[in-house]
Amino acid sequence: MTIQEKYETREFKTVTEVSGPLMFVDLKGMGGVSYGEIAEITTTTGEKRRGQVLDVSKNLAIIQCFEGTSGLETKDTTCRFLGETMKIGVSSEMLGRVFNGRGEVIDGGGDIVPDKILDITGSPINPSARQYPKEFIETGISTIDILLTLVRGQKLPLFSGSGLPHNMLAAQIARQAKVLGTEEDFAVIFSAMGITADEARFFRDDFEQTGALDKVVLFLNLADDPAIERLLTPRLALTAAEHLAYDHDYHVLVILTDITAYAESLREVAAARSEVPSRRGYPGYMYSDFSTIYERAGKIHGKKGSITQIPILTLPNYDITHPVPDLTGYITEGQVYVDIGLNRKGLYPPINPLPSLSRLMKDTIGQGSTRSDHKFVQDQLYALYATGKDLRDLVAVVGDESLSDIDKKTLEFAELFEQKFINQDYYEDRSIFESLDIGWELLGTFDDPHRVLKRIPSEFIDKFHPTKRDKKTDFNTVNI
Amino acid sequence: MTTANTEQIGLIDRISGPVVQASNMRGSKLYDVARVGEEKLVGEIIRLTGDLATIQVYENTEGLTPGEPVHLTNAPLSVELGPGLMRQIFDGIQRPLPVIREVSGDFIARGIEIPGLDHKKLWDFAPSLKVGDKVVGGDILGEIPETPTVDFKLMVPPNIQGKLEFIAQRGDYTVDDLSATVITPTGDKVDLQFHHRWPVRQPRPYHQRLPSNVPLITGQRIFDTIAPIAKGGTGAIPGGFGTGKTVSQHQLAKWSDAKIVVYVGCGERGNEMTDVLMEFPKLVDPYTGGPLMDRTVLIANTSNMPVAAREASVYTGITLAEFFRDMGYDVAMMADSTSRWAEAMREISGRLEEMPGEESFPAYLASRIAEYYERAGRVLTIGSKPREASISVVGAVSPPGGDFSEPVTQNTLRIVKVFWALSKDLASRRHFPAIDYLLSYTLYWSALEDYYSDNVSPEFPELRAEALALLQKDKELQDIVALVGPDALPPSEKIILETARMLKEDFLQQNAFHETDSFCSLEKQYLMLKTILRFYEKAQDLYRRGAIVSDIFEHELVIRIARMKYIERSEIETSLNELMKEIDGLTIQAFGVED
Repeated sequence: MTIQEKYETREFKTVTEVSGPLMFVDLKGMGGVSYGEIAEITTTTGEKRRGQVLDVSKNLAIIQCFEGTSGLETKDTTCRFLGETMKIGVSSEMLGRVFNGRGEVIDGGGDIVPDKILDITGSPINPSARQYPKEFIETGISTIDILLTLVRGQKLPLFSGSGLPHNMLAAQIARQAKVLGTEEDFAVIFSAMGITADEARFFRDDFEQTGALDKVVLFLNLADDPAIERLLTPRLALTAAEHLAYDHDYHVLVILTDITAYAESLREVAAARSEVPSRRGYPGYMYSDFSTIYERAGKIHGKKGSITQIPILTLPNYDITHPVPDLTGYITEGQVYVDIGLNRKGLYPPINPLPSLSRLMKDTIGQGSTRSDHKFVQDQLYALYATGKDLRDLVAVVGDESLSDIDKKTLEFAELFEQKFINQDYYEDRSIFESLDIGWELLGTFDDPHRVLKRIPSEFIDKFHPTKRDKKTDFNTVNI
Repeated sequence: MTTANTEQIGLIDRISGPVVQASNMRGSKLYDVARVGEEKLVGEIIRLTGDLATIQVYENTEGLTPGEPVHLTNAPLSVELGPGLMRQIFDGIQRPLPVIREVSGDFIARGIEIPGLDHKKLWDFAPSLKVGDKVVGGDILGEIPETPTVDFKLMVPPNIQGKLEFIAQRGDYTVDDLSATVITPTGDKVDLQFHHRWPVRQPRPYHQRLPSNVPLITGQRIFDTIAPIAKGGTGAIPGGFGTGKTVSQHQLAKWSDAKIVVYVGCGERGNEMTDVLMEFPKLVDPYTGGPLMDRTVLIANTSNMPVAAREASVYTGITLAEFFRDMGYDVAMMADSTSRWAEAMREISGRLEEMPGEESFPAYLASRIAEYYERAGRVLTIGSKPREASISVVGAVSPPGGDFSEPVTQNTLRIVKVFWALSKDLASRRHFPAIDYLLSYTLYWSALEDYYSDNVSPEFPELRAEALALLQKDKELQDIVALVGPDALPPSEKIILETARMLKEDFLQQNAFHETDSFCSLEKQYLMLKTILRFYEKAQDLYRRGAIVSDIFEHELVIRIARMKYIERSEIETSLNELMKEIDGLTIQAFGVED
């Protein structure tokens, strides 16, 4: 961006209005302030804060203050325009370090020496430069690996709600994620937006325990940090991620939590600017705004690294039609639905596969990547579980007398599926083959598999069915 | 994109997101392109007040400062129309993305000025007219074999007529070379190149509209059999996320029997465009045998690319479609998703502080949607030898929360004639394509019925009606089953339930990712439907003669019916006729009942 050196007066003491997160500065007709420029605000007590220009003409600049507007006044507050847009210095030394939500070091160590100074908004990836994501990430969690396969370069959000263990799930994925048969540099970037100090500590401790902390960068904007700062945090995190992925060949997993808090900050700024609101008071451009975060996931032709995103959303009132999950779902490549009903049953991880989806798995799974029967097992487990759930509803109304034998068996299957397949330990790291075999054990509970397992071609039943397969076969080596 | 031909200079007054206000702009015209700031970002004038102009900028405006210059081009937002469009992928304002990548790397930088066509490439031109011939707009001067399956037809641009004073001989030319010189009736001399420009917001003229009475064959059973669209027709696919809008659009782009496909990814995912880019060159066009990419133009303005260019992308797409229509081709245009286009309008409108309409969309939303879909149609083209050609438009709609009562869906449904309703319920059952067979409708059926009777089978309309009636009856019975359980139904109704299940699973469900099933010819659709209904008749007959319903539907033939969709093209007729013969031959003794 151009630095406007040609204008002399870059400092103003002419704040005319402070309202919500916004500050209005009279430029006295001198102009020279750029759209998106960063302003440094000095309060009467000498404290320095930063803000960004949201709207500018020759006479007036509207500034959104990232660090809150309390203590600002219209007499002596000074506003200096820095002549550049929001930037962050990045380097591979960032690994293992902790930053606050506006990118300052807060772990007590020294400042990092940047390799590069990058604009945090980034530029859109050219669609013709993108490489279609196809590499399977094994998370060790059966429900995800088999039914909602995570792919390198994918953005797969957790749709969760208050009181649900989405943080544990995200931490487990971060801890266990690996790509089969490779030893590559893996890094985790954790961007906290408005979560509590407890939650942040949980993640930090978890990374520390597993010795992964030196591969993690934390950006923390906590619940008591300024709300508007949240608009910066994910962009700082993703800029660092792009540097690690495309300049240092890291495979970066970015955890963004909580997107709902981010959206609320967006709404706060929009309301303060008296913009015409769209659904539930959120601004009409929220979709475009979200996309500038989510679409930064991906893989690029000719670059080794990749960015995979796991955004976490707490759905207000578990409502999937709320604008935040709704607009997210239209951008991300699927969603993992953390279900309150399964959680109440005491199952962990309480992922309900039925409303969940991974859009990229179709081209990823199968021979050479996971196993040749994966697609069919996934289809069949899914179909039987869906039928089983339907039957549960029916039984609740009419009782189970009118059910056929197969229906009764399917009901049992749904129960077993939840207990044996979905349910696993927080520290349990199942290989893809173990998960597939658990699936087969469950499918094996049906008599007459060729008739019931309609979604699996006969030759696969003959090869993989627990009663038919050669016990000596080491399935870990089949087809891989 | 317009090349800057700068004369007058305005000054930036105010910047608010993608909207810039400039002063000293008196004399500029609405919808002219302006180049904004030192970096010459591309923008379009969308409002004029006194000497103030409001400009929507197609690139990120961060870093712009009041006082920077605004250059006028005195030309509206236009596209370059000439050879070299096929197989290309453009952004929303017709800048080729692979060339942008060569210039600015993997990420899209600002202020890049690249023409839509390759101006260096040589094209092999063969003239079909000679000096002295009289020409009018739309007449074909000659042909260029652009791809193995598409011949580019060099046309006299609309609004030009006269006598040819010069026409290029057979040979290799760039798009900038002189192709012909026309002496107009008033004695003016007009030099024509191998390309011309056309403003995207202005529909290209045609001679006359024709009725839409030929189906656009898509190879998808739910579309072709249940709710077909006509060539030159308009259709909408609304659905929440995860219901399969994009897969449906991709299927249409892959298999529809249009000669040219224009696919606009408007504000959607980057990886989806990559998917198309990767897959289409590998797929074989069932009609020509060549790669699908040879007949495809892609426009990708993904969600994170500038919002104003997203607004322009659907116009860029339809203008390219009209250009190919004028050559005499049947064109299919997919827009995924028109909701993102409407949201772009809403965002710009909000920045202009216009009085909002429903859900804060601008009040002109309905008229913009209507204007856009009206550019579709089957027409006689202009020119002294008019050609029959068509543009079919299918728009995906992404209603918030999957709620069809929202303004974009409703305003679209008022215009389009085919409604393919995606259902979350079906999607969560993995019934794909998740198109609600009862809610969806087509208003083209009465116009297309004759085509099906004449070209597929005289029985077809009757079979279709019977299948629809069965599905409707099934819906009513399902409501009862949900209350009292399946045992309470009499056997005759259980036969209906079972047959409807066969229709749903074995006919309507179609696997887009299965090599054989991905495309299903009309012939195969007809035979499949006939087989299922033949079995239905037989089941009724067997039941009347004493067989138990559950036994009938557990017969081995039922499994063979379920496998019909995977039968190869070459074997369909023999296989299914054989299957029907076996159905007819089922005897009551096979079910343990003495006759």
